[in-house]
Amino acid sequence: MDLSELYQDLILDHGKRPRNVGELPGHNREAEGFNPLCGDKLTLYLRVDDGKVKDAKFVGKGCAICTASASMMTEELAGHSEAEARELFTRFHDLMTGKITDEQMPESMDRLSALGGVRRFPMRVKCATLPWHTLIAALDHEHQTVKTE
Amino acid sequence: MTTRTTTSSYLTKAHQLREDFPILGRQVHGKPLVYLDNAATTQKPASVIGAIGRYYESANANVHRGVHALSQEATELYEGARAKLRDFIGAASEQEIIFVRGATEALNLIAFAYGRSVLKPGREVLITAMEHHSNIVPWQMVCQQTGATLRVAPIDDRGQLIWPEFQKLITDKTAIVAATHVSNALGTINPVAEMAALAHRHGAVMIVDGAQAVSHMPVNVAEIGCDFYAFSGHKMFGPMGVGVLYGRKALLETMPPWQGGGDMIRSVTFEKTTYNDLPYKFEAGTPDVAGAVGLGAAVDYLRAADMTWIEQYEHELLAYGESLLSKVPGLKLIGQTERRAAVLSFVFDDIHPHDAGTVLDTLGVAVRTGHHCAQPVMDRFDVPATIRASLAFYNTPSDLDALASGLGQVIKMFRG
Repeated sequence: MDLSELYQDLILDHGKRPRNVGELPGHNREAEGFNPLCGDKLTLYLRVDDGKVKDAKFVGKGCAICTASASMMTEELAGHSEAEARELFTRFHDLMTGKITDEQMPESMDRLSALGGVRRFPMRVKCATLPWHTLIAALDHEHQTVKTE
Repeated sequence: MTTRTTTSSYLTKAHQLREDFPILGRQVHGKPLVYLDNAATTQKPASVIGAIGRYYESANANVHRGVHALSQEATELYEGARAKLRDFIGAASEQEIIFVRGATEALNLIAFAYGRSVLKPGREVLITAMEHHSNIVPWQMVCQQTGATLRVAPIDDRGQLIWPEFQKLITDKTAIVAATHVSNALGTINPVAEMAALAHRHGAVMIVDGAQAVSHMPVNVAEIGCDFYAFSGHKMFGPMGVGVLYGRKALLETMPPWQGGGDMIRSVTFEKTTYNDLPYKFEAGTPDVAGAVGLGAAVDYLRAADMTWIEQYEHELLAYGESLLSKVPGLKLIGQTERRAAVLSFVFDDIHPHDAGTVLDTLGVAVRTGHHCAQPVMDRFDVPATIRASLAFYNTPSDLDALASGLGQVIKMFRG
């Protein structure tokens, strides 16, 4: 098992110093994600105008993989349409479940591919996908907790 | 370790016993396995694995049924295992030993067969704040059905039952006190004999969840004075899928059966069924005979190893582990009572347990990370999860050295 595949420098960096942390002023979408098995918990805030994700922030407590995934996701989201954001979710989910490899990820999602190593650690896949499931809940305008376990 | 002489003779024995466990010789991710997840399940000695294999190879038949030779042999093996377990926990009669799937099933059996018949509005069940979910949820279910009230005795910051609070919570309304003997998440040993005495003074029955105790210390239900004692085979070096409910005969006799079916009846007509004697009244259906035989073999093994030696050796091992972990910067032990069984539960301020667990795993070190099926304990200490290293007598100081050195790598990766 090669740990550096899982904990790449980019992931460790986002895990230690996550971007876009805090409640988003003027947000109009919000959802909470919770993994009761490990206690990972995050709240995602979105500002969606004219069908576009203008901004995304989160607060939460989680492992390095979950925190890095949330941090990288919020960086990636800004500027995408809702439909594109859902497409990103599908691609990311496919990457995590091994349906596609990191080489098959669109170039625009290059940075997210850094999380591709997670799929070789099946117990940790839920950590990486929790923020993304929370994104779908927020886009669906659900004010409820989504759970992965 | 306290003294050099004790250490060396104790260690020699631990090293010898270790050889009896085939799995401890394997590698994980190219590293020798360091198994520190014994509170989740213990490994099995060759004698237990062999007993199960031999049963299926030479004696397999259904029990208490046919007149043929194999059925008789299987019945003798099954009942022989029951006798070993009776002796192991100091029960008065084999009729008080009921084979179940595990501690969880044993606790559910008591909740539904006993709890449901004595609980009603105005009556109370008292548990502690350090229970495993299996000693919380069945009581919530039965209280909901009967209108009884569930009370929880609090624990202090060291993970110890707050005795004056416990005393206050036991009243004449209390019908049932259900407490763990040893906390799976913290290692705390509860004063179950004193708890039982107090429960009895108020006319309540005392139920002890012994799942985490039987592998670590001598247990005698008569000395504890409890009415029920529940434990799992797989946490005491026996197979998964079998466990024991001890119940005081006088109580078991008053209880209605829990499940209906074969073996638990004396006669059946469509008009009326009469139930079998103890313990069969509570063993509906074909039991896990091989499991019981394997558990009997585990009891033989533990008797030979000597439970008193195990208790003393693990006590020293725990002290060694604590001294190593106390030197790890930023590590906080959760659960620091004086009377503790072999559990080291801890957290870091800045490193999530799952990240630590993954790194340790790649080094061959198996620990549990998570809430340990004790979410209220995690809430009590305000942590989402802990890293738990739980010991058995086949662990050695070098296993703990491997843990400490692995934690050094964890820190190197996630700090700075």
